[in-house]
Amino acid sequence: GAKIPTVPSAFSTDEAPNTFEEITTYNNFYEFGTAKEDPARNSGAFKPDPWSIEIDGLVDKPGSYDLADILGGVTLEERIYRFRCVEAWSMVIPWVGFELATLLNRVGVQPSAKYVAFETIVRPEEMPGQRRELLEWPYREGLRLDEAMHPLTIMATGLYGEAMPNQNGAPIRLVVPWKYGFKSIKSIVRISLMDRMPPTTWNMLNAREYGFYSNVNPNVDHPRWSQASERRVGGGLFAKRIDTPMFNGYGEQVAGLYTGQDLTKDY
Amino acid sequence: MDVAINTALRRVPPLAIYIVGVMPLAWLVWLLVDGQLGVDPVKRIEHQLGEWALQLLVAGLVIAPLRRYTGINLVRYRRAIGLLAFFYVSLHLATWLVLDIQLRWAEIWADIVKRPYITAGFVAFVAMIPLAVTSNNASIRRLGPKAWQQLHRLTYFAAIAGAVHYLWLVKAWPPEPIIYLILVILLVLTRILPRAAR
Repeated sequence: GAKIPTVPSAFSTDEAPNTFEEITTYNNFYEFGTAKEDPARNSGAFKPDPWSIEIDGLVDKPGSYDLADILGGVTLEERIYRFRCVEAWSMVIPWVGFELATLLNRVGVQPSAKYVAFETIVRPEEMPGQRRELLEWPYREGLRLDEAMHPLTIMATGLYGEAMPNQNGAPIRLVVPWKYGFKSIKSIVRISLMDRMPPTTWNMLNAREYGFYSNVNPNVDHPRWSQASERRVGGGLFAKRIDTPMFNGYGEQVAGLYTGQDLTKDY
Repeated sequence: MDVAINTALRRVPPLAIYIVGVMPLAWLVWLLVDGQLGVDPVKRIEHQLGEWALQLLVAGLVIAPLRRYTGINLVRYRRAIGLLAFFYVSLHLATWLVLDIQLRWAEIWADIVKRPYITAGFVAFVAMIPLAVTSNNASIRRLGPKAWQQLHRLTYFAAIAGAVHYLWLVKAWPPEPIIYLILVILLVLTRILPRAAR
C-alpha cells in the first residue's frame, strides 16, 4: 500500500534497522500468546479500526478521542529507535509516530497531574491470550509526567511507513526507547492523568523483578539474569553480543530526568 | 498384554534408541539450514535442546514405575535414554556458552553464581556428569550394583533441578514448565511412596 508520509527526526539512530519481517515475527504481546511467533500467528482476527482512546483524569478536556481525530492534529515522524527488551535482546525499529507531549498538551494536563497511566484494550474474543489469566488484564503501564512529556516518548502508529501491524500493537502504542520494551504498551485505549504512581502490570506481578521505572540499565541486573549485554535479533547464528548502554544509549537526552535518584532503588 | 509388548520389544535393540534419539538434532539442523528457525535461531536452538533434554529425563524416570505398575519392561533402553538426555543437556549448555552468552566468562560465572535459574541448570548438568560417565557395564562392575544404583539416584536430583531451571527462567506462569515440574516430582515420588506403603 501507499507509505504513510513522515518527516525525518534528529532523534533517529543511524544504526541499521531490523527488517520488517524480523520486527513483525518476533514479538512479546501476551494478549496473543507467550511465544515470540504467537502474536504474528494469532492476531489476524484483531480489528484495530475503528479505534478511540479514552483520555481522563487530571486533564482539562477529558473524553473519548477518535484515532482519526488524534492523528488530524499531529505531524507523523519517522523515529528510528533502538528497542531493548528486558529479556536481553534488542532490535532497531523505524517507528512512525508523534510525540506523546503533543497529545497531552492538546487535552490540557492539570498542574496536579504527576503520572500518566495507560491501558491496553481487552478483547478476549479477538485476543486469545486474554482467555487465560496469565497476566491481570487489561495490561497497564505508566510513566512519570516528565517522562511522558519528554520529546523521545512517542505514540507510534506504524513502522517502516506502514500502519502498525496487529502484532506490534495496532493501531497505536507507546514507545519509550530508554526503557525496557514492556513499558511501551500496545493497542492503547485509555490514558489517565493521575496525581500518584499508577499500578503497572509487570510490577503488579513481580515488583522485585520489574520496577516502575524500568530504565535500561546495564548496572542493575534483573534478579534472574544480567542486563550487562544483549543480543541484537536478526544477526543470525553468530551475531556478536553487544554491551548494553545506560538508558539504552539515550542518556544524553534523559539522564537529567533522574538527577538525585538512586537508580538501583528506583529500578 | 505386557508380555506381548515385552516379547515384541525383544526385537528392538537399544541401538535403535540412539538412532531415533539423534534424529531430533538432525531435524533441528535441517530447520536451521532451511531458515525455519525464525529471526532468533539461537534462542530457538537453546530452548529446544533444553526441552528435549528434560523430556528425555522424564522418559528415563518413567521406566521404573511403568514396569512396576504395568509390567512393561523398558529397562534395557534406560541407559540410551539417559545418555541421550546428557547429550542434549551438553548441547543446550554449549549453545548457551558459545552462541548466546558468547564465552563472556565474567558474565557466565556471575550468572552461574548469582542467577538461581542458571545455577539450577548448571547444577543439573554437573549432577549428570557422573551419571553419564558411569553409564556402562564396566562401571557397574567396578562400583558394584548397589553403589552404582545409589549413585544413579542423582537422576532424581538432576531432573528436579532441570525442571526448576525451566520454571525459574520464564516470565509469568505459563503451563509447560509447571507441568514438567509436577511430572518430575510425581515420578520421583513413585520411588518413595509406594515402597513405604508396602
